[in-house]
Amino acid sequence: MHDDDHHHGHDHDHHHDHENRYTDMQARVRALETVLTEKGLIDPAAIDAIVETYETKIGPRNGAWVVAKAWSDPDFADWLRRDATAAIASLGYTGRQGEHMRAVFNTGETHNLVVCTLCSCYPWSVLGLPPVWYKAPAYRSRAVIDPRGVLAEFGVTLSDDKKIRVWDSTAELRYLVIPERPDGTEGWSEEQLADLVSRDSMIGTGVASMPGVAA
Amino acid sequence: MNGPHDLGGQMGFGPVAPETNEPYFHAEWEKRALGLTLSGGALGAWNIDESRHTRESIPPAEYLGASYYEIWTRALEVLLERHGFVTSGEIDAGRKQVDGATPKRILKADMVAGVLAKGGPCDRPVATPPRFAAGDKVRTRNFNPTTHTRLPRYARAKSGVVEAVQGSFVFPDDNAHGKGENPQWVYTVVFDGGEIWGEGADPTLSVSIDAWESYLEPV
Repeated sequence: MHDDDHHHGHDHDHHHDHENRYTDMQARVRALETVLTEKGLIDPAAIDAIVETYETKIGPRNGAWVVAKAWSDPDFADWLRRDATAAIASLGYTGRQGEHMRAVFNTGETHNLVVCTLCSCYPWSVLGLPPVWYKAPAYRSRAVIDPRGVLAEFGVTLSDDKKIRVWDSTAELRYLVIPERPDGTEGWSEEQLADLVSRDSMIGTGVASMPGVAA
Repeated sequence: MNGPHDLGGQMGFGPVAPETNEPYFHAEWEKRALGLTLSGGALGAWNIDESRHTRESIPPAEYLGASYYEIWTRALEVLLERHGFVTSGEIDAGRKQVDGATPKRILKADMVAGVLAKGGPCDRPVATPPRFAAGDKVRTRNFNPTTHTRLPRYARAKSGVVEAVQGSFVFPDDNAHGKGENPQWVYTVVFDGGEIWGEGADPTLSVSIDAWESYLEPV
């Protein structure tokens, strides 16, 4: 760090300020937005539209519909296995952080769990914005080495002989776990089935709810 | 790079803390940080790989102590400065002081729905056939580049099996540094838990990564 050594005395106050300026993120981000707006580089109304989209239009309900359809329609499930991007797009769920989708199916033998150890890759177009824990070091570090321990913290206990397959999203493929369909749901509508599908069950940190228990 | 972002297998971060009925945002500034980051990307001066590399270049003590949208904001400031759109003095002052670079485009409100629905596909054709096929045994390379890579440390110099050829995609190790998209085939490679974690590994565990072709060598 030649520069630091050379300029240490001179820059000390600056570095100090640089650290402190992040303590109030509200002010920091407001300043950034103001500068960019004054320079004509952003449109604050576009930010409003982005936030509204992810608060009200794109969320885990999209993925729940994909799962419900996969449970109900063997042809759709087969399509999901072969080309999840196209199958999911057929339901209208396309776009940012869902450009290249893969669906992975839980079975009696194998439970799937999705993580991004390198950043926070997540299928926004079907699950919405990720929760804080998904992006945090505790999950990203342990999902690949201690998935059973992680699952226990979500209240999920798998049988000892169940295989765990962890999918680290290191490229641009985004994974959607298709949980096992609960028993006792024969003849249910897709809408009823979708109510059993939680966000966590589509990441693999949960399972589908049993009938009579809301997701 | 072996940065603070490369977290697989690290210890000491404590339990995962799921939050019941977690809101999408925990503060108003997080909403603006998300929107600013997407709007910044729309300026067309950098790509997702450069953006990721900028985040992973935040010093470890800062990265690990920052919330995720704070990491995004810090990296956005670096990117905006690097590409000549704003100066650090302007960000500190919270007002325009000089003219800056001209962007390729500006994201307006009426463009948002279309831009989000379109996304940014990263698949690109390559002229050569895939070097590996499903079922092939491969070994990941053992390297420690100071530059961007998407081969996590825990999965280097490990033997695994190609499960699927996923298509050809922009190569982030080059694209993050302005060296072009140089697409390569990407493979899902599965490792036995014991191959990665050794003694005491969960015997029921397997882990896969999606690996670009140049990360892999035949076994």
